[in-house]
Amino acid sequence: MRSHPTAWLFAAPALFGLLAFVALPFVLAIGLAFTNLRLGSPLPTEFVGLEQFRRIFADDAFLRALLNNTSFALVVVPLQTGLALLLALLLNRRLAGMTWFRTLFFMPVVFPLSLVAVVWVLIFAPGANGMMNAMLEVVTFGIWMPRDFLHDPVLALPAIMLTSIWQGMGFQMVIILAGLQAIPHELYEAAAIDGASRWRQLVHVTLPQLRNTLIFVVLVTTILSFRLFDQVQIMTQGGPHNATTTAMYEAVQAAFSRQQVAKGSAITVVLFVIVLLIAWLQRRLLRQEREIV
Amino acid sequence: MRRRWLINISIYISLLLLALCFLAPIVLMVVGSLKPDAKVLIEAGSLKAVLPDQLSLQNYSDVFTRVDFMRYLLNSLLISGSIVVVGLAVNSLAGYAFARMQWRGRDLMFALVLMIMIVPLEAIAVPLFYEVTLLGWRDTYIVQIVPFIANAFSICLFYTFFLGLPRELEEAARIDGAGVFRTFVSIIVPNAKPVFATVAILTFLMQWGAFLWPLMVTSGEAVRPLPLGIAAFYTLPPLQWGDIFAFGVMMVAPILILFLLFQRWFVRGVAATGIKG
Repeated sequence: MRSHPTAWLFAAPALFGLLAFVALPFVLAIGLAFTNLRLGSPLPTEFVGLEQFRRIFADDAFLRALLNNTSFALVVVPLQTGLALLLALLLNRRLAGMTWFRTLFFMPVVFPLSLVAVVWVLIFAPGANGMMNAMLEVVTFGIWMPRDFLHDPVLALPAIMLTSIWQGMGFQMVIILAGLQAIPHELYEAAAIDGASRWRQLVHVTLPQLRNTLIFVVLVTTILSFRLFDQVQIMTQGGPHNATTTAMYEAVQAAFSRQQVAKGSAITVVLFVIVLLIAWLQRRLLRQEREIV
Repeated sequence: MRRRWLINISIYISLLLLALCFLAPIVLMVVGSLKPDAKVLIEAGSLKAVLPDQLSLQNYSDVFTRVDFMRYLLNSLLISGSIVVVGLAVNSLAGYAFARMQWRGRDLMFALVLMIMIVPLEAIAVPLFYEVTLLGWRDTYIVQIVPFIANAFSICLFYTFFLGLPRELEEAARIDGAGVFRTFVSIIVPNAKPVFATVAILTFLMQWGAFLWPLMVTSGEAVRPLPLGIAAFYTLPPLQWGDIFAFGVMMVAPILILFLLFQRWFVRGVAATGIKG
């Protein structure tokens, strides 16, 4: 157990990078959030205690942002996970052409979000010519009246949700598929001998075995919901009337357009606390599982 | 037997319907990029969106005359490429030190790496922006590369892989008198190709689409990557959807080709993120 002289040399570049560009900014975030720092401001920077936090929690736009992030998570997480699970179950059969389908459903994942957002702006184009409007008109037999999705206070956020589901579903599908393939075959054979139907096999074998994979996928998607930014910046810029603003969009607006670094830092500290809570929940849920087994 | 046949047919039908929904935006983009600008929006709601009556490459040449596409492309390649190449070296060395070497402070540092892994870029973007402003790094390539080379998640992927390698590999090399670094380069790296491929692909995937950070730290066109390019091109009047889609096709082409060539590795890489959890 002697210390290796070159070990530090091996680890040093990576550790330096992590300390300088993750740990230091993280400490800085907490520090800055308690000041009134504005870039280019002639006033001296002062310690203001919890003032920034009091301000952001009294700020309607920020509260709306948190609400939007939360509703995004509440809608996107179950829909996206459900769809990914369904597709993974369909694809996890020894039928011809399944690899083709997997490739196809995974393809949107490699598309940069900025490009996806731009393409979906056209899909949601207002008027009867818009792809989404035309499609809805066909499936409702002409009852649907064309709407301007991205400028509609009610429809703008769902439009962004749909865009995100399209892009992100394949990611979860592949993880769930890997989880499915790790389930030992004997379990299904035993269930079949006991005369369990396909449905009962799904409920009593597949889903319990997938528990950890599903917890992981759900919590990662929840965290992603609180990091939402690219689509908002390109498709709606937080509008109309803050209907699609998000915590990250507010942080960037504060730090970047209004030079309020302290306020932006306070928002990101709140964001980090949320992410930490979700990660903590994940660890707890997974630990519970280990105790049972 | 007949029942089984019916089930298979219904699986194929539901997969085909879903596949159509997932394919539609991509087809809209590719076909739109080949149509005259004025027709893209008008025909988006009809079948002509996918079955155009005339095709041309005019939009593609328009992109090159309207914006400096090559500049965006080279910037993206330079930034993503450097992060991947330097990142592979830096993170694999660290992963190896954690997995196979004894040193003071190792456990403490590894706990730090695990903690850092849950910090998303978004949670530190503002103070990091302040930090690079103080360093005078704004509007450079460095600011888009250096902060992303060390990556806690990549270190963990390397760490896990190296833990699983048989110790005999290194012992044989050590008996031959090779130093630690030479052992790493000539014995470990050739035996760790899968993890290098996984990390390279995941890193490239993340960096090719990077939007938030470049948006915050760059203001001129000179060092901006493709995602900012398309956002700017999309707001550049006159609004010409054909041109925008041509830009989009060229922007996604490099990563899509990589994906189709190395599909197995992409899927394996993404699945690896899940197994870790």
